[in-house]
Amino acid sequence: MASMVSQIAFLALLVVAGFFIYRRYQFVKSNILLGRPNGPTDRKQERLRNMILIAFGQKKMFDRPFAALLHLVLYAGFIIINIELIEIIVDGVAGTHRAFAGMGAFYIFLINAFEILAALVIVACVIFFTRRNVAKLRRFHLAEMKSWPKTDANLILITEVILMTAFLVMNAADSIVAQRTSGHTPDFIVSQWLQPVCQSLSTSNLEMLSHFTWWLHIVGILAFIVYLSYSKHLHILLAFPTTYFSKLEDPGRINNMTAVTNEVRLMMDPSAQVEPVEIGRFGAKDVSDLTQHQLLSAYSCTECGRCTSECPANQTGKLLSPRKVMMDIRDRMEEIGDAKAKNNGVWEEDGKSLLGNYISEEEVWACTTCNACTNACPININPMEVLVDLRRYLIMEESKSPESITSMFNNMENNGAPWAMSANDRGNWTNE
Amino acid sequence: MAECLAEGKQPEILFWVGCAGSFDDRAKKITKAIAKILNKANVSFAILGSEESCTGDPAKRAGNEFLFQMMAMQNIAVLNGYEVKKIVTGCPHCFNTLKNEYPQLGGNYEVVHHTQLIQSLLNDGRLKIEGGEFKGKKITFHDPCYLGRGNGEYEAPRMLIEKLEAELVEMKRCKKNGLCCGAGGAQMFKEAEKGNKEVNIERTEDALETQPQLIATGCPFCNTMMTDGVKHFEKEHVVAVKDIAELIAEAEDL
Repeated sequence: MASMVSQIAFLALLVVAGFFIYRRYQFVKSNILLGRPNGPTDRKQERLRNMILIAFGQKKMFDRPFAALLHLVLYAGFIIINIELIEIIVDGVAGTHRAFAGMGAFYIFLINAFEILAALVIVACVIFFTRRNVAKLRRFHLAEMKSWPKTDANLILITEVILMTAFLVMNAADSIVAQRTSGHTPDFIVSQWLQPVCQSLSTSNLEMLSHFTWWLHIVGILAFIVYLSYSKHLHILLAFPTTYFSKLEDPGRINNMTAVTNEVRLMMDPSAQVEPVEIGRFGAKDVSDLTQHQLLSAYSCTECGRCTSECPANQTGKLLSPRKVMMDIRDRMEEIGDAKAKNNGVWEEDGKSLLGNYISEEEVWACTTCNACTNACPININPMEVLVDLRRYLIMEESKSPESITSMFNNMENNGAPWAMSANDRGNWTNE
Repeated sequence: MAECLAEGKQPEILFWVGCAGSFDDRAKKITKAIAKILNKANVSFAILGSEESCTGDPAKRAGNEFLFQMMAMQNIAVLNGYEVKKIVTGCPHCFNTLKNEYPQLGGNYEVVHHTQLIQSLLNDGRLKIEGGEFKGKKITFHDPCYLGRGNGEYEAPRMLIEKLEAELVEMKRCKKNGLCCGAGGAQMFKEAEKGNKEVNIERTEDALETQPQLIATGCPFCNTMMTDGVKHFEKEHVVAVKDIAELIAEAEDL
């Protein structure tokens, strides 16, 4: 009977978690679809290769080997230990306990492997937590890393430690119970060291402890998956499409706007044949002017701040932080999504925009387009092109630029050079 | 180029001088060095002279896509009119724009940066260089963003420094992790935003940390920024800032 109750409770829990995840999935998806469609995605093999190397293989993480190694432990822990989830779900639904134990030696091997990973995960989390909160790395303490982003980062580390501890305590308790009832059972490689702490408990208390930690583990994991979808940890999943769609051309290339090409062609030759494209707005003022890939990138950002720590403007005290640019895009999408949800899915202008309310012109103009941010991003997010899109809006829609830039444009138009120099003097060096 | 056409000659390569290389007094020295090297290697080349315009790079990166594409299409009309096949540039910004952003607008050329061209001239045996006055000197190389990170060329300039038998000392941030000089993205033409330091000062500190006798680069804008940085630290009498092309031309007494 008790088993029936817990089976039903377990199923209910799965349904509730599934509901929240689905709802959040729909929300994020509709926010990403606010963006303009991406261009055609050719060269599928190269994209696949990038995705496998960069998202799955974490190739770019290894530019900083220490963090990469710890990150790899957490990643492997996340993927591999969650194989255990299959057994947990089977147990939960069928009311069994350790349904796969019948596999014998292989099962013991698996659990031992999980335990080693769990212990490594705890170690990695403790180091990451210390590094983030005690070591005072500059990039973890910039203006955009206060309040929720800071909590978000710590929360996951603490949750991981609790989940892994629950898993190890459960194994320790189970081992002792098995020893006391059947006389022999192999000790698991890590949790055997926890057994002395549990030995003083009675067998029934140990069984309770085992149950409790089992529930803690599964409730924790489900809560974690729901929480993940609300946090920067979405990168675990979204890193894959983000790298798949990332730019394949040389990083120095910035796209040519087809709408502009058409207009310039027609200007130079009124009889020119041009392929019509939807013009909309030149450049980006709000998130809906960015591409879906750019919006997806914002949801994939883990706020690690490698971009910002390599940005020449940020390092010299300017307001610009490429990480903040991506976080601003995400926050603005969430704001629009929330407003739509409250208004039966209809969007009414709120008088705000990404440029102005989130990202200032001062930030936009500080970029040197040096590509350090994109190069540093472990999943190929490109904040630089967002900044160029914002400049495009300022220039082409609002004719707003720093005075010296305006005179540079004038010089280019009139003299074909950014300075007020005559084209006739271009060859002077040959006689000097 | 017009003269070549009149004489019915098609030069091997077009030398795209660029605005800095045409108008900036310091950068003109780099331009001359490149021309001397090309002459020394018997490369037939032409320039566009008054028919050359800015590639549009600073306009594009400042967000003025209209102006960029107008400049680009005018340049493409000129280049295609002369049936140009191969271009060498004295500036990584021109290099990047011609190579990466012109093809889609109808301008398809083989574009190389001058360090790449010099490297291939050496490899083909058309040019020979010896260390000369730079033998044993400590030289650090500042990677221009649009040559290095933007287009993945880190080796050509370094190989040339090695050919000079100089001692190449790397800055703590180099190659793909190299720090920008602060001039890109049209920053060259405006005041920097409020901060606690100029980017070129930060970068010059990197360079001076290696205690070089010379800072080499491959971009007229980087050259200006690093020269100003060296002056800021009052080291201009100890540390020179030169383009790789100048080093080669000087070593060969051209």
